[in-house]
Amino acid sequence: MTDSIYREIILDHYKNPHHHGRLDPADVSHEETNPLCGDEIRIDVRINDGLISEIAFDGRGCAVSQASASILTDMVVGRPVTEAIALSREDLLEELGIPVSPARMKCATLGLKTLKLGLTGATSIDDDKL
Amino acid sequence: MTSCRDAFPAPKPAPAPDRPMTTTHVIVEDRPAHVPPGTLGDRIRPDFPILNQLPSPGRPALAFLDTAASSQKPRAVIDALTTYYETTHANIHRGVYQLSEHATAQYEAARATVADFIGAPDPHEVVFTRNTTEGINLVANAWGRRNLRPGDLIILTVMEHHSNLVPWQLVAEETGAELGFVGMLPDGTLDLVSLDALLARAPKLVAFSHVSNALGTIHPAAEITRRAKAAGALVLVDGAQSTPHIPVDVVALGCDFLAFSGHKVLGPTGIGVLWGRREILDGMGPFMGGGSMIRRVELTHSTWADVPARFEAGTPAIAEAIGLGAALTYLKGIGLERVAEHEHQLLEYALDRLADVPGVTVLGPSDPARQAGVVSFTVDGVHPHDVAAILDEGNVAVRAGHHCCQPLLREMDLVATTRASFGPYTVQSEIDALVTGLRRVNAIFNG
Repeated sequence: MTDSIYREIILDHYKNPHHHGRLDPADVSHEETNPLCGDEIRIDVRINDGLISEIAFDGRGCAVSQASASILTDMVVGRPVTEAIALSREDLLEELGIPVSPARMKCATLGLKTLKLGLTGATSIDDDKL
Repeated sequence: MTSCRDAFPAPKPAPAPDRPMTTTHVIVEDRPAHVPPGTLGDRIRPDFPILNQLPSPGRPALAFLDTAASSQKPRAVIDALTTYYETTHANIHRGVYQLSEHATAQYEAARATVADFIGAPDPHEVVFTRNTTEGINLVANAWGRRNLRPGDLIILTVMEHHSNLVPWQLVAEETGAELGFVGMLPDGTLDLVSLDALLARAPKLVAFSHVSNALGTIHPAAEITRRAKAAGALVLVDGAQSTPHIPVDVVALGCDFLAFSGHKVLGPTGIGVLWGRREILDGMGPFMGGGSMIRRVELTHSTWADVPARFEAGTPAIAEAIGLGAALTYLKGIGLERVAEHEHQLLEYALDRLADVPGVTVLGPSDPARQAGVVSFTVDGVHPHDVAAILDEGNVAVRAGHHCCQPLLREMDLVATTRASFGPYTVQSEIDALVTGLRRVNAIFNG
């Protein structure tokens, strides 16, 4: 039981998420659902001179998906859009710092997928290409 | 021929349908009345190798509470598969050689075992499918496409598994038929008043689950069927969650179709059953085309084999069908009344224990008499995925999610629940492990 993924970082972000809410108007708004469990995340972004000047996320889901989205917003706010698009799954997992099992990977990366689809306008991204 | 036959071990003769294929299970047939049936789980647990594995280091013993998703398999089923492959395998209904004849006999014996298990008068009414989903799709396509016209009404319920919803959406879109939905009352039972209102519109078909996989509600299937038949509709019962846990008899139900899955009824994956009333199956065209389902094939057209071969295109899951036969023989040896009684005692024990855990809300019927061995619940402030993940850290296996019932959960204003479900091999200590795990969930999230 020592390998619990419910460490402080996850519980802190889950209970007190950063950049939580909606931006209206926003330059980019995108919503994704995890069809396996019905988790939802919506991300709103304002862009100035190619930088993510403001970001907000909203949704409902497990602690892993919501905390991961919160951590993601910390990582990309104030950064160039191109950098956010280039962010990899591994970059995010490193920041999360927890062992994520294959079954929870979709939860952990739902926010990242939502952000990338929103910023690129793509209709889908394979999970292993995130 | 002789040398060929000599190259193989002599195949065992096909077992009679009413005899178990192996006898490794320990069933006390003449249990004295004073022996509590609650010990059924303890008594048959040795028959299930997977439940007797040593856990990996650092993990407690497995508490398997996800039988509604898929059941574990007794030794009798595993042995039936192995014995079949080691002694009897050949393609069926083709070879004139002995091995193929033996395989065919065992496959057909399994069909007879299925018919006997569900009280079907004629084994020809038993169609082997892959699972419940395929059985329902078979009816939606082979019966629905041919018989439904624009404006025709199909009645479903808001509590259906996606497998008894999406096939009808597809066939309704294609034929112009309409879907009507029986509502749900706040206690997770069906609103039969709304059923009667829909039945007044002369529906062509009523399709509903016998037991809800998400809440465990046992629906009054015979009563719904009686009303639907009186309104002139055909009736399809989704027996995926009832057939493994309570006695199911198609004659007593009075329905026209019953679909269920082998893997939920202690049998292998990849095999399921669609039972249909003979005269209705006889009038249906094929579902899939290919070998075995034809009578005569020309280049541009074909004629169809009799039922059930008409609906079994291609080489079927022979070993799995035989394994299913072994599973049903094993279950019948226990007796479905005893299985139901055992699971009901576990349910009452679980409801009692869960009532003591702060923040846990149990969903579903307030009357446990209307509930099968399925307990769906929420924990305040904790998403079901997190509940299940923390339970897994204590080696407690439960299901978390929408249980393939998104519309039902939306009715209850939920996205997901955590679900514990029982089988004949479930024991009380597994429910104790669940409760211990839930206290840990509270300590982590609400501590």
